[in-house]
Amino acid sequence: MKRNSTFLITMLCFGFAFFYIPILSMIVYSFNASRLATVWGGFSTKWYVSLLSNQQVIDALILSLKIALVSATIATILGTMAGIALARFSKFRGRVFFSGLVIAPLVMPEVITGISSLIFFILLADWIGWPGQRGFTTITLAHITFSMVFVTTIVQARMIQTDRAIEEAAMDLGSRPWQVMFDVTLPVISPAILAGWLLAFTISLDDVVISTFTTGPGSTTLPLLIWSKVKLGVTPDINALATLMVLTVGIGVIAAGIILNRAEKRRLAEERMAYRSNA
Amino acid sequence: MTPDPATKGGFRRWFDLQGWAQLVIGLPYVWLILFFLLPFLIVVAMSVATNTPTAPPFSFGGEHPLVNLGAYERVVTDGLYLRAFLTSISNALVAAVLCLLIGYPMALGLTRVSKGWRTILLMLVILPFWTSFLLRVYAWMGLMGKNSWFNGLLTEAWNLLVPLDWALKSIPMMQTNFAVVLVMVYTYLPFMILPLYASLERLDPTLDEAAMDLGSRPSQVFRDVTLPQSIPGIIAGGMLVFIPAAGELVIPTLVGNASQPMIGKIIQDEFAQARDWPMASAVAVALLVLMVVPTMIYSHYQAKAEGSK
Repeated sequence: MKRNSTFLITMLCFGFAFFYIPILSMIVYSFNASRLATVWGGFSTKWYVSLLSNQQVIDALILSLKIALVSATIATILGTMAGIALARFSKFRGRVFFSGLVIAPLVMPEVITGISSLIFFILLADWIGWPGQRGFTTITLAHITFSMVFVTTIVQARMIQTDRAIEEAAMDLGSRPWQVMFDVTLPVISPAILAGWLLAFTISLDDVVISTFTTGPGSTTLPLLIWSKVKLGVTPDINALATLMVLTVGIGVIAAGIILNRAEKRRLAEERMAYRSNA
Repeated sequence: MTPDPATKGGFRRWFDLQGWAQLVIGLPYVWLILFFLLPFLIVVAMSVATNTPTAPPFSFGGEHPLVNLGAYERVVTDGLYLRAFLTSISNALVAAVLCLLIGYPMALGLTRVSKGWRTILLMLVILPFWTSFLLRVYAWMGLMGKNSWFNGLLTEAWNLLVPLDWALKSIPMMQTNFAVVLVMVYTYLPFMILPLYASLERLDPTLDEAAMDLGSRPSQVFRDVTLPQSIPGIIAGGMLVFIPAAGELVIPTLVGNASQPMIGKIIQDEFAQARDWPMASAVAVALLVLMVVPTMIYSHYQAKAEGSK
């Protein structure tokens, strides 16, 4: 039944209009000359100029990128390990508990994760004197913990799909377990690892709630800066900032989607070739 | 096989046979226990502590040594907390139902468009999820404001439809529960569409045809064939919307009514403004207990869906 009813087409149009009209409106109003963010006063790019010369915004962006790079990388390493452990080691002590521990941060309301991290860091500083001041380190630690489980979910799903026979073949040929992992497993699941890293990176770059709780004086990430500004209302320079961020992420995601799609097609084609030459 | 790190060969054998696996399992395990479980257990312990004007502001002594259930007592008796829970649940519930009503036809429509279109449209569903959550909320602040073109348009439509003396200069949308629900639907709709699409896509189209051949009208086919088979997707989508929406902090802070706070805001205020850590912790634990029920329904249906595959 390929025929699509008028009702479903209408709903699709309505839905996508609903998704994109607010974003488009924000982009249009970022070029608004008027100081009143919602009343049109002619075309202008002055908010972009004032934005790019705003040192506060640039500092916040750099801090956010640093935190996202560090936390996404560590989260990917830990998350991949957990994903491999859950997909390949079927029996180890505490496996059920471990798989619960990996799901819990996914369903835990962010406010609770944030407040428990903050209380933990304050008490830790009280007991052992570390972390002395909250900021880069505490935000990064909280982001790693929160985003690694997303990497685990992606890697685990991919591991279950991949054929164990290649790993077993490498073992039979005399590779040591860690060599199998680095030479066989990791290259095979590399698209999933890349996707996981990208997800962890965007989660960290986007996070407001957990950062609000774990930040300290002087450590303002870009979302925290935007958060403090938008609480006071709509301003045209935030429209400009939003436009830049939405466009960057949009182009990035589309490019990544195309690259991953191609890699996947190539992999499938290679697999088919391999099977054909075997037969 | 006893590990013998003294001799190199022994260590190597131990590492290959056990150590390697223990490293791969152990590192993320220890990390999650240290930075996720332990902080959470501290919050649970904190919820039965006594609030004191010290720094840090709690103690386990005093009138109620070790276990002080005073904070929980206030959660159940103080109207402030009960109202906040009710506001959270009703907002999240309405948002989940609206997401279902909008998302279901969209997901169904997606399964019926051509393959090329499907890839593009799915990408368009996922794309907002990658862009900043905060900025998507912000986009609606621009639209709902008193002087915006969107509010103006709605106001004109309203004034056309109602008698003259009900006419408005602008529709008061900001700082209402309506705004909270609207923005929740906007930000969480992809969470509803994607699982629904996944479960609808798996359905066998020949079943529809069989039902049609046996004389069912399209609406009957939907009611008797499509809908019952997509229930796991409905449950999954509903939970993915309801759970984060109920604990939401950003949306109600930006567009919500400050005199009708949701539970996330209460937790933050108890902690930061009132400096009552035990109270904040107790409310957090109560919220979590409330979340456990839908999560269990969700995983029950998830397990069922995986079993039937």
